Amino acid sequence: MNEFLTISFYGTAIVLMLIGLYAALAKKNLLKIVIGLSIIDSGLHLLFVAVGFISNGTAPIFSPEVLESAQQMVDPVPQALVLTAIVIGFATTAVALALVIRLYKHHNTAAIDEIKNLKW
Amino acid sequence: MIKQFFVILILSIVGYFLVDAFFKVPFGEKRDNVGNYYIEKSPVDLKVSNSVTAIVVNYRGFDTLGEVTVLFLAATGLGSIMYRRKQKGEKEVRAKNPSSRIIQIGSQILFPMIILLGGYVFIHGHLSPGGGFQGGAIIATASLLMLISYRKFKVSHNAITWIESIAGVVFASLGFIGLVLGRTFLENFLPTGELNDLLSGGIIGIIYIAVGFKVASELTGVIDTVLLNNRPEAQKEN
Repeated sequence: MNEFLTISFYGTAIVLMLIGLYAALAKKNLLKIVIGLSIIDSGLHLLFVAVGFISNGTAPIFSPEVLESAQQMVDPVPQALVLTAIVIGFATTAVALALVIRLYKHHNTAAIDEIKNLKW
Repeated sequence: MIKQFFVILILSIVGYFLVDAFFKVPFGEKRDNVGNYYIEKSPVDLKVSNSVTAIVVNYRGFDTLGEVTVLFLAATGLGSIMYRRKQKGEKEVRAKNPSSRIIQIGSQILFPMIILLGGYVFIHGHLSPGGGFQGGAIIATASLLMLISYRKFKVSHNAITWIESIAGVVFASLGFIGLVLGRTFLENFLPTGELNDLLSGGIIGIIYIAVGFKVASELTGVIDTVLLNNRPEAQKEN
C-alpha cells in the first residue's frame, strides 16, 4: 500500500514537472511556454508537500481538540516553503506575461520562431 | 528533428534523476528534522497555534521579508514594462461593452463580503489556516471583480503606493525594534498572550496584517496595470 502511495504521489508530481518542462522546451508559442513554467511550479509544490506528509497526520495547527488527542502532525517546514514558492511563482509568471504582451505588441506575433532576433 | 531529440534527452535525464532521488524517500513516515522542533516550540514559546505561520513570520521571518520584496519588485517591474505614454485624445477604457446589470448588482453585493473574508483570513493568520498572503489574494480578487464588471471603476495608484510603502515600513521597523530591544532581527518583544487567543503571538499578528495589506495592494496594482494598458491598442487593431 505504501509503495503504491509513494509511486502515485511522487510520480504525479514528477510527471507534472516533466510535462511543464516539455512545454517550456518544445512549444513555439510564448504563452504556452509561460504556462509550461507555471506547470513546473505546480509539480514542484506537490512534490514538496508530499515529502513532508506523515501518515494519519493532521495539519500543523493547535486547536484544543488536537492538543487533547496528541495526534501526529505533518511537517510544517515544506508547507511554509511552498507558501513562499507560490508567491514567487506568481511574481515570475506576472513579469513573464507582461514581457509576452510587450513582445506580441512589438512583433505582432507570439511565436518564437517568427521573432527573428530570438532564434537559436 | 535534432531539436526534438535534445528535448527528449533533457526530459529523460531530468526525469531519471528526479525519480532516482525522490523514490528513495519513504512516503508518509515520521522523520527527525527541524520541523519537530518548530512544532514543539511554537505553541510554548510564541503561543502561536498555527505552526506554519510561526515558521513563515518568526523563525524564517527574514525570508518572508525577502519574499515581500520580490513581490514588490515584480509589481514595479510589471508597471515599468507595461508603461506607455497616452496618445492625444486617447481614453483609457477597459471593456468595450459594459457588463450586464446582473453582474454589476451581484458584484456590488459580493464586494464587501469578499473584503470581509480577506480581512478575517489575514487577521486570524496565527490561529487558523490562512494568513497575510492568502488574505491579500482574496482582497485582490474582490477588486478584480469590480474592475471587470464596471468599466469606470478606478483604482487610485497613489493610495496603492502609500498602503504598500506603509505596510513594508511597518514590517521592517518591527524587525529593527526586535534587533534593538532583543538580540536578533524580528525577535518578539511584545507579550505573547494565551494560546488560541486572538491577541496572541506578539508581533506575528501585526506583521501578518501588514503583509496582508501589502499583498492586497500589490496584486490589485498588478491586475489594474494589466487590464488598463492592454485594451486601447487591442481596440485599434480590431
